[in-house]
Amino acid sequence: MNLDFSNDQKYLQDEARKFFDKEGGLGIARGVMDNAEDYNKELWAKIVELGWTGIRIPEEFDGLGLGHLELCVIAEELGRSLAPVPFSSSVYLFTEALIKYASNEIKSEILPKLVSGEIVGTYAIAEDMHQATESNLTTSLNADNISGTKIAIPDAGIASHMIVVVKSTNGVDLRLVDLSDSSVKITPQKNLDTSRAFFKAEFQDTPSTIIGEAGQGWSYTQHLLDQAAVLFAFEQVGGSQAALDMAKAYSMERFAFGRQIGSYQAIKHKLADMYIALTLAKSNSYYGAWALSSESSELPLAAATARVSATKAFQLCSKENIQTHGGNGFTWEYDCHLFYKRSKMLSVLLGSEATWKEKLVSNLEKTNTLEKR
Amino acid sequence: MDFNDTPEQAKFRAECREWLETNAEPKENKASGHSDSSLENHLQIAKEWQKKKYDAGWAMLHWPKEYGGIEASPIERIIWGQEEAKFNVPGGIFEIGLGMCGPVMMQYATQEQKERYLAPMAEGKEIWCQLFSEPAAGSDVAGLRSKAERDGDDWIINGQKVWTSGAHYSDFGILVVRHDPDIAKHKGLTFFFVDMKSPGITVKPIKQITGQAGSGSGFNEVYFDDVRIPDSQRLGEIGDGWKVAITTLMNERLAVGDAKGSDIEEALMLSKSKDDAGEALIKNDSVRERLADWFCEANGLKYTKFRTISALSKGEAPGPEASITKIVSANKLQEIGNFGIDSGDMAGMLIDDENGVSSFQGAWLGAPGLRIAGGTDEILRNVIAERVLGLPQDPRADKGLAFKDIPTKA
Repeated sequence: MNLDFSNDQKYLQDEARKFFDKEGGLGIARGVMDNAEDYNKELWAKIVELGWTGIRIPEEFDGLGLGHLELCVIAEELGRSLAPVPFSSSVYLFTEALIKYASNEIKSEILPKLVSGEIVGTYAIAEDMHQATESNLTTSLNADNISGTKIAIPDAGIASHMIVVVKSTNGVDLRLVDLSDSSVKITPQKNLDTSRAFFKAEFQDTPSTIIGEAGQGWSYTQHLLDQAAVLFAFEQVGGSQAALDMAKAYSMERFAFGRQIGSYQAIKHKLADMYIALTLAKSNSYYGAWALSSESSELPLAAATARVSATKAFQLCSKENIQTHGGNGFTWEYDCHLFYKRSKMLSVLLGSEATWKEKLVSNLEKTNTLEKR
Repeated sequence: MDFNDTPEQAKFRAECREWLETNAEPKENKASGHSDSSLENHLQIAKEWQKKKYDAGWAMLHWPKEYGGIEASPIERIIWGQEEAKFNVPGGIFEIGLGMCGPVMMQYATQEQKERYLAPMAEGKEIWCQLFSEPAAGSDVAGLRSKAERDGDDWIINGQKVWTSGAHYSDFGILVVRHDPDIAKHKGLTFFFVDMKSPGITVKPIKQITGQAGSGSGFNEVYFDDVRIPDSQRLGEIGDGWKVAITTLMNERLAVGDAKGSDIEEALMLSKSKDDAGEALIKNDSVRERLADWFCEANGLKYTKFRTISALSKGEAPGPEASITKIVSANKLQEIGNFGIDSGDMAGMLIDDENGVSSFQGAWLGAPGLRIAGGTDEILRNVIAERVLGLPQDPRADKGLAFKDIPTKA
């Protein structure tokens, strides 16, 4: 039994934590919010320099050729520090899509540039204020050109390339688009978590290249979302831990009625419940990491379980961190709202809690017996 | 990351398995064990099984070699437990003795006493129980009031213990009592072991909310009326009772662990089964949502345990993650039991004539006890907050007071 990361992976995580602390920790996310920026350029440049955008990219394409477990430990630290960078869009979704499904020609053209930072990618699914399904997509394909509108796309204003999920005569396809084409119009969209940026993309006969096989776009997307759900869960676990640590520190230094507020059971039990939710989320995420890294057929169930559990944990920890801080927690000055907003952003970005609970249960419905181990 | 044994662990598992296969029957794939036999019958079977294990060296793996154990590592104990659980063997009788009383005797008893008591305990000849809780001392167990008064070479014990598992069939017990009410609460306690057949001891089974009393490892009240215990049966110094008790309580918290009973798998099976109209509960959105929540909890606990085992497997000290187990599992059990009863709709309260209380009904009836035994939900949240997160203790109203001056009513 070895449900743990290796010493090398733990070392990488340690280095990542030190790196984010040294660069300014939560202050970087706050800076992006205060200055209405799309991301922090310097931090992103340093992440590229460290080689993290190429963690999963094979060495033949200039990457580090490492596995998903390395990505999990980095994700936890991105989540802990609320790093305002397009890492999840470009690495978990765009890069993974190319590694898994693109032709060798596209791989050799794009992957090395993802490593060098010349290319930043993102992934566009949503078109409306409801759940996207295989049948309600309207972005369409005419020969190799796409037309339509995608919304709530993270990091599209920073990205040079995008994978667009489109309706085609074959069903659903994945299409790669170079966003520098004059037919593409990218507009910023206001959102609740201003430490990250979201955009609308309008396509008018925009040239595109197919990724993988025609008609497979929806099942590719589901797999990529399952993979990303595990990585997001690690970001949520990192964020939950940071919010719990913050609540704990405050409950030790704040006095009321002549006592540390952390000596009241009302606060202790609140924090204990945060710890319980976090521990369940972490263990479910480890299960997800195992399924992801071993390419197990259990991935859809493991990913949904990690996602639901981690979404619940981060939402609980971030809102109860505000509550523990009392009035201070509701000010812009205290960092509590950074966690609260990031938690909400992460909980909807890959689809809502209800969507993932439904995935979880439909996977349970399909299995006759639960895995015995 | 993987779920495999190391070569040494696989070898040990194979040895466990081989011995179990030749000495016990594999469990049929049924939720319930064998519990329909009488208490005498169950004790008899349990003692025979314990003796069999003892003769072959499997009875108390973690004990030191000088007391007949093999000093098994925690991971080996886990492997043995996992394998034994696959066989239809009796349990629930010797755990308190082997897990709590044995270790305390090894640490504090005389050489002569160890020679007299440890082997019969391990062999299953003599059963031990633990006499700590009292009617006025539950979560605050150090507030116990049973008295010990010195009389020559003896102590005379008066008072009452409660929630003593197995007292009605135990031969010996470990006991904490108050020798001095004029000093501070924790300082006035002293620890003994006692012959449960001593004159003046009365054991009364407690009738629980399940309606059962004294069945299996049921709970008892134990009354002490002028019970004499020789001073030679004192464990630790006079006044060290709390220190000695803490060691055994730590073992109890580890031993209680998972709440056994209906879990997500049973809830899922029930949800998938169709009613007369051909409808399955799992088609109901509120059921789907609850299944998702329970699965996250059950799966989260399972892999939490795996994380602990992984640390032990590498010879590392596990993190505090296992401290969430009982709170989560006992509450989940209560909810799943509740759900199972609801599935019967208007007739959900009815008990089946042939099969008796269903597994869901049993879970619902038993879960309130599990949320209390071995540390209430509230005490365990305090434990997480204070020992895991490092928050300060509550100020205590009884601090610095002599025990006799501590308020007990408004």
